[in-house]
Amino acid sequence: MHETMVAENILRAIVEQAEKIGTRPLSAVISCGQFNTLNDEIMQFAFDAAAAGTVCEGMTLKIKHIPLRATCRQCKLMFEFDLYNPHCPGCRREEFDFEPDAPLLLEEIEFEEPK
Amino acid sequence: MKISLGQKILSRNEECAQKNREFFKKHKILCLNVISSPGAGKTSLLVRTIQDLKDQLKIGVIEGDLETDNDARKILAAGAAAFQIETKGACHLSAEQVQNALKMIEAEKMDLVFIENVGNLVCPSAFDLGESKRVVILSIPEGDDKPAKYPGTFAGASVVLINKIDLLAHIEFNLQRVLADIRTVNPTAQILQLSAAVGEGMQNWYNWLKEQIEK
Repeated sequence: MHETMVAENILRAIVEQAEKIGTRPLSAVISCGQFNTLNDEIMQFAFDAAAAGTVCEGMTLKIKHIPLRATCRQCKLMFEFDLYNPHCPGCRREEFDFEPDAPLLLEEIEFEEPK
Repeated sequence: MKISLGQKILSRNEECAQKNREFFKKHKILCLNVISSPGAGKTSLLVRTIQDLKDQLKIGVIEGDLETDNDARKILAAGAAAFQIETKGACHLSAEQVQNALKMIEAEKMDLVFIENVGNLVCPSAFDLGESKRVVILSIPEGDDKPAKYPGTFAGASVVLINKIDLLAHIEFNLQRVLADIRTVNPTAQILQLSAAVGEGMQNWYNWLKEQIEK
């Protein structure tokens, strides 16, 4: 459940932005790759726990799961790699070269409109 | 109103990891982040390694555990410096915890520092500790499906140790499947088969360690 530490880091970053903007944050979009992925429900749960009593209480998180791109060494097909079904969709072989996996990013925050 | 950030979420951990990395470089220390399930044999591997190499190398160990200092006491008894981080339930170590522990073991005097991460095949791999290399241990009794189930962890390894290899004759375990599954997500990792309990294959591990230290 590394989502706990991720939640604490997101919370800190959003609170920092909220102080600059001066209105309440409503939602945020985060993105992650495949090798170090996040579980959507656990992430929201961990965030709710961390955000209780702060300006971020009640925020919703949206998690974008960025696909991992791989190229088959055999047929050179480039495809979105499924970690739990590691075959080339073209030739079914199991040798690949990977593009770098996406990092964990805080992409976007939505705030209440200033009055 | 929306603002776009594209900001790294674990930037604090990464900054700290970078400082650790510079510290290891400056003091010419090989630092290994050791990751496995509970019971795969991390502590036994380290104890045997320390006993066999302590006359040649100055070794320190940072132990990560939920509770108790049992592992650190075993390491001290084997003859290396040890510091226990009790994570109090957290399932992985952070770079900041390691930074503090490095001071406690006076790591600048070491040739080799092992970080024994919390036993867990999921979470530790998300956190860079600034280590020079990452070691993942898989043991025969855990079953041959582990690389397929935890590909993210195996993808990040510089070396994969298949421990308790002496039990291969007694347990149904498809070694070829395991080797292929590791290769699928990690074409470049060294894969060594050994048994820390009986000593089989340990020399290959020591050779790998010495090669890394000489680099």
